[in-house]
Amino acid sequence: MNYLADILPALLEGSGVTLQVFLITFVLAVPLGLALALIRISRFALLSTLVNGYIWLMRGTPLMLQMLFIYFALPFIPVIGVRLPDFPSAIVAFVLNYSAYFAEIFRAGIQSIDRGQYEGAKVLGLTYPQTMRRIVLPQVLKRILPPMSNETITLVKDTSLIYVLAMNDLLRAARGIVQRDFTTMPFVVAAAFYLLMTLVLTYGFQRLEKKYAVYDD
Amino acid sequence: MMTSPVNRLMIRAADVHKSFGPVEVLKGVSLDVDKGEVIAVIGPSGSGKSTFLRCLIHLETIHRGSITIEGEPLVTTDPQGHCHYVPDVDIRRVCRKMGMVFQHFNLFPHLTVLQNIIEAPLTVKGMRADEIVPKAEALLRKVGLFDKRNAYPSRLSGGQKQRVAIARALAMEPDIMLFDEPTSALDPELTGEVLNTMRALAEERMTMIVVTHEMAFAREVAGRAVFMDGGVIVESRPARDLFAAPEHPRTQAFLEKML
Repeated sequence: MNYLADILPALLEGSGVTLQVFLITFVLAVPLGLALALIRISRFALLSTLVNGYIWLMRGTPLMLQMLFIYFALPFIPVIGVRLPDFPSAIVAFVLNYSAYFAEIFRAGIQSIDRGQYEGAKVLGLTYPQTMRRIVLPQVLKRILPPMSNETITLVKDTSLIYVLAMNDLLRAARGIVQRDFTTMPFVVAAAFYLLMTLVLTYGFQRLEKKYAVYDD
Repeated sequence: MMTSPVNRLMIRAADVHKSFGPVEVLKGVSLDVDKGEVIAVIGPSGSGKSTFLRCLIHLETIHRGSITIEGEPLVTTDPQGHCHYVPDVDIRRVCRKMGMVFQHFNLFPHLTVLQNIIEAPLTVKGMRADEIVPKAEALLRKVGLFDKRNAYPSRLSGGQKQRVAIARALAMEPDIMLFDEPTSALDPELTGEVLNTMRALAEERMTMIVVTHEMAFAREVAGRAVFMDGGVIVESRPARDLFAAPEHPRTQAFLEKML
């Protein structure tokens, strides 16, 4: 028990880093994903193709590689080259990567809405933005909750990838103690922390699903 | 009628052509609709009657011809045969003179009955809730669904959904109502309540175009019946006459099958 108290501060500190990366990524990547999805389904063919290519790039290469690229290679690229510290590097990579996945979830949701909803809104005089905001997206939200929940839980665990930038997230903190003390106990505690985080998320998404269960499609 | 026909003309569609890819579904349809007229558009499926209705309210774009709503152009065709729609803002303004009811209702499932009705007045007209809610409730009483005002559409029967859809369209105070097979998706025992609502509307002298397979309704309620086949209007006459003594062989054949 004493040992647990000894290692807890380091693990809590690691959890703090993990939570920061998770929260900032989620808050930024969801709206960016929605914007990408709206462009992807828009009638602007060139923009749509560009977004399509972007999504292919982001989903087609490992997140870890993207992170390493932004941290190590970006500074050497002319014009756009900037040197970012580790934390911003990680955030940029995570937001760029996850917005691509969120975009595809949003797109699937938007395209699942019946054409009749657009027509019903149009004959009532709603503009396209009004139709999206008031009619389509509220219904999309309900439909994408399960895949969103899935992706969000994956994000919590993917945050452990930031160890490659030598950032002390929960997993790296645990590994450090394991290597120092020759005990696997910190791994068990770290697993419990991850489970706790995903439990909170699962509960949150279940609450949302219940809230939206007041109506059927 | 002695009233000036110009003032009373609600819709003028002239030589409307519409193709889906290589298939021409409207081959020059012309129709004038006067104020207070109830027109039933009948004909076999694939005759273009629904497409024609959808062209009037810009759910489909036409390729040739012209459509004018209450004297305001929606689309014109120049002498070179090029079709020109008015700017988007004007399209929306002109089309707002019309309300539309669909075969599959197209109610918004995430909104209650009352919210469905007040959505467009709030969002499009910028009305305040305390202005529109009493009006919406009055409309719901009129279609007999006041007690369902807080229900979600999924809790309603097909007939109830369609009556809500009618109330929703009326809440925007259109001058013209378009009905696209409003009872075709309903169980037979539920068509009556919808047809009664439409009959009441017709008695209030609402200008209506009804695409329908309900021959009895067309005969009793419509002033004029329009028979379409193969993308053209074959016969357009007072409903009573058309049903009693169809002139064209294709109308005769169709009515024989239907009645």
